[in-house]
Order: sequence, then C-alpha cells, then structure tokens
Amino acid sequence: MRIGRRTARSANEVALALVALLFLFPVIFTITSSFKPNNEIFQSPPSLWGSEFRWQNYVEVFQNAPFLQYIINGIIQSVGGTLIVLAVSALAAYAFGILRWRGRDQSMLAYLATMMIPQEVLVIPMFLLMQKFGWINTWQALILPWAFGAFGTFLLRQFFSTLPYELVEASRMDGCSNWRTFMKIILPLARPSLAVLAVWTFITYWNSFLWPLIAVNDIHALGNVPLGLQTFFGEHGASWNLIIAASVISIAPTLLLLLLLQKHLVKGIATVGLAGR
Amino acid sequence: MTALAERAPVRTRDRRRRRNDTRAALAFLTPSAAGLTVFILFPSVLAIATSLFHWPTYGDITFAGLDNYAELFSARSDFGPALLNTVVFTLLIVPINLVLTVGVAFWVASSRFRQLYRVLFFIPVVTPSVATAIIWKLLYQPDGVLSWVAGMFGATPPNFLASPSSALLSVVVVILWNGFGYNMLIFSAAIDQLPEDVLAAASLDGAGRWRTMFQMKLPLMTPAIFFATTVTLIQSFQIFNEPYVMTAGGPGTSTITVVMNVYQTAFQSGQLGEAAAPAIVLFVLILVVTLVQWTGQKKWVQYE
Repeated sequence: MRIGRRTARSANEVALALVALLFLFPVIFTITSSFKPNNEIFQSPPSLWGSEFRWQNYVEVFQNAPFLQYIINGIIQSVGGTLIVLAVSALAAYAFGILRWRGRDQSMLAYLATMMIPQEVLVIPMFLLMQKFGWINTWQALILPWAFGAFGTFLLRQFFSTLPYELVEASRMDGCSNWRTFMKIILPLARPSLAVLAVWTFITYWNSFLWPLIAVNDIHALGNVPLGLQTFFGEHGASWNLIIAASVISIAPTLLLLLLLQKHLVKGIATVGLAGR
Repeated sequence: MTALAERAPVRTRDRRRRRNDTRAALAFLTPSAAGLTVFILFPSVLAIATSLFHWPTYGDITFAGLDNYAELFSARSDFGPALLNTVVFTLLIVPINLVLTVGVAFWVASSRFRQLYRVLFFIPVVTPSVATAIIWKLLYQPDGVLSWVAGMFGATPPNFLASPSSALLSVVVVILWNGFGYNMLIFSAAIDQLPEDVLAAASLDGAGRWRTMFQMKLPLMTPAIFFATTVTLIQSFQIFNEPYVMTAGGPGTSTITVVMNVYQTAFQSGQLGEAAAPAIVLFVLILVVTLVQWTGQKKWVQYE
C-alpha cells in the first residue's frame, strides 16, 4: 500500500515533467535549431541538434541586420518607460494607498475603469495626437503614451495600503514632510513591489509591437526588437537559421529577467492578479 | 462628559489631517492624472469623434455622421469576417484556456516542484509575441516538426497555416500556449490560499476527492476564475500580433481579426475615420461582455 502510493506519486511527477517538457518543446526546439546550418532546419525525421554547432548564425544576425541597434533602441524605450511608470505610479499610489482624503476610493475606481479602455481603441487617436505634437518617429512617442496607465498605480497601491498609517504619523511627528516620508520611508519599504512593477513594465515595453509598428517609420533608428524581428522575418524569408537565432536573441532578456527574479515576479503577478477582482 | 471632551480634539485633528492630506494627495496625483487625461481620456473621446468623420491620413476631413458604422457590413468586406473570427477566437480560447489552466494548476500543486513549474509555464507569457509567432511558424511549416508528427500517426499533415480550414485553429493553439502561464499562475495562487483546515474537515466528514473538488475547492476559487475569465475575454477580443505575423490574416480572410482590420484600414489604407468605427464597435463589445460578466457574477462567484 505504502509502496503503491509512492510509485503513484513518482509516476505523477514523471507525467507532469513530460507535459512541461512538451509544453516548452517549441522554445527548446527553437533554441537548439538556432545553432543548425540552414539546410538542416527542416529535415525528416527532424533532429534536435544539427550536424554542427553553428555559433555563426548569431554572428550573421548582427552582420545581416542592424540588430544591435534594435536591441539598443529596445533598451532605451524599456528603461525610459520603466523609469516614468515607476515614478508616476509610486506618487499616485502614495495618494491612494497612504494619504486619507475625501473621494479617494471613488477616484481609485475611476482610475481602475480606465484600464478597461484597450490600447487598440486608442491607437488611432494616439496617432493623431502624436502627429499634432510632431512626435511621429520620436522616443517620446514610443514611451509616453503608455506610461500613464493605471495598472502600476493599482499594483503599488495594493502594497502601500498594507502599510500602517501610524508610520506616516510617526514620521510627521519627526517633522517630515509628505515628500520626505515618501522618499525615505515608503519607497524603501516598497522595494519588492517596485521591482515587480519595474520588471513587468520593462518586459511589456520590450515586447511591444502594435504601437511601434504605427509610431515608427524609421525602423533602423527607433525600431525595437519585435519590430526589427518582424522586418527581418519579411526580408530574410529564406534563411530560417538567422530568423530563429534572432528570435532567440529577442527572448533572451525577458527570459533572463524571469529566471533571475522568478520568486518576486511570479508572486507579484499572482497576488495583484487576484486582488484585481 | 469626559468622553465628549476627549473626542472633540481628536475630531479636529482628524479634520486637519484630512485637509492636509487632501492637499498632498492633489500634488502626488498630478503627474499621473495629467498623463491619464492627455494620453487616455482625451484619446478615448477623440476615438469616438474620429469615427464620425471621413478622416484620411492626408487630405480633407469631412463629417460622415454614422456612415462609417453603416458601411461596416455593406461596403467593407473585411469587417464581417474579422468580427466573426474574433468572436470564434474568443469562444474557443476562453473555455479551453480556463479548463486547461485550472486543471494543470491543480496538477502542479500536487507536485513537489510546484514553484519550478509555475515559472516554466510562465515562460511563453514573457516571450515577445512576434518571437512566439515565428517559433510556431517554424513548427507549422509543411516540412516542419508538426507535419512530421502528424505523418507518424498516419494522418495526412494539413498545411497548418496555409489552408483555410486549419489556419484559425492553428493560431488558436499558439494563443492558448502564449496565455497559458498567466491564468495558471492566478489559479496556483488561489489554490495556495484554499483554507487547509476546512478542506481537512470535509475529508474527515467523508467527502470524496471529486466532491471536495467540485463542491469546495472550485467554489472557493470562483473569484479567481471570474478574474481570469474577464481578463482572458478582453484579451481574446484584442488578438492581433500572432495572426498578423503568422498569417497576415490569411489565407483569404480566415484569420483576420477586428484589431487587424482597424490597423489595416487606418495605417495601410490611410482611412482613420473608417478604422475608428470598428475600434469603437470592439470597445462596446468588450464593455457589454464585461458588464454582463460583472452583473452575472453574483450568481456564481462566492466571496467570503
């Protein structure tokens, strides 16, 4: 009986591992294929590894397309967007989560309601707005329009509102202004949730596609990695080995962030997701 | 008497604090509220306005009234299929996603390595959707892995993305794969928060495994299920990236979506007003479905 249960347990673990492996097969196969010579990518029967380990694919990605530029562009957009989102959301979350004022909860609800407006509805007016500002093909057009969504405010507010109000009172007794309380007491305490928001925002900007497609004419100068990847895909229809290597490059930063910060990120998303009910 | 005397100063202090806080709140909210107004509220109004005009990217803007809406089904042959596909995508993706993610979340919870699995299943969520589309296009090629597997089982491999009968389902698989980890994570968190003692008591009372599942665990998880359903519904209505990169809406119109229709009309044909109309239709659709969800939740969502 006891042995039976233990075998059942192990069988369960093995089955789950197989399912996870199957689930991740597209990613694994893509990574291993990225080292294959081009003529071995489609083979019958397919193989996981090629006959040679071709690092050269990665070198050629950078030689055949301005991929380094796309990466730099992506970093500028993602870091810029993340900094603004963090600053703006943290300030608003202090007002919603810490301060006490009339109409606070109603205002928070109004903020949450704006999260219902999908980006897809906004792209046309946003394009007109950017035209009016003369911002088409600029960094600010790529960064600013999506930096003020209520998600970050909501996420940080969830954490801020768990902090005791006595903390603010005590710091006021010591003669601190709200600004000082915010900077010296609240922000340091909120570091984990700030990290979650930072990583999530970075990933969102890094992966953004529809808006860059609209706001950018000069892909070389301002295109991020998904945009570069898409044009690269269109132009190099034949050389799958390079396209696949380029895809792996585009995945690498977000995958790395996920693996490095998995505990915080996974926990943060899980709890905020639930609280969003 | 003494109680009253004590309470009064507290109240004035409270009032002063509130006044103080109101002023500070205003200052702390300014950047966010200003950005929200310029970049979300104003564009929302502008979106409705745009849809009432013939508004070419270059050229004269003329008032159109409701023409752009009236023409959606008559003069615009792409919108009908786009709307139909979007609804079909949603009807397929939402139930399949929820059943699979709830199931696998429970399965993962039974494992000793649950934390690891949560991260592994989350990988597609953080993968750029353009890369996801390319990865799957690789697998779906006529001489690719999936055709080979289908052939192994004696099936004649379909040309997954190139044949109208299989293209939509092939895209559905990719979108399911992409969003799987997000909902699974939400449900995993909900499973972690199930009250152990209540469940233990139930099993002491002789409740079997299936009864515990359907009469206790799932009802306790309905808030999470409600949240995940709402988010997944909204996301499914907004599908664009995957079909755009993998099939460009084809073959024919078999995988075109409303958002793709909006994008093509606005930025490839340069007709912003004509494109704003389907965008508004999509928004109203999302709004209605979400409202129905919200009002319906009392019937099946259990909040403690």
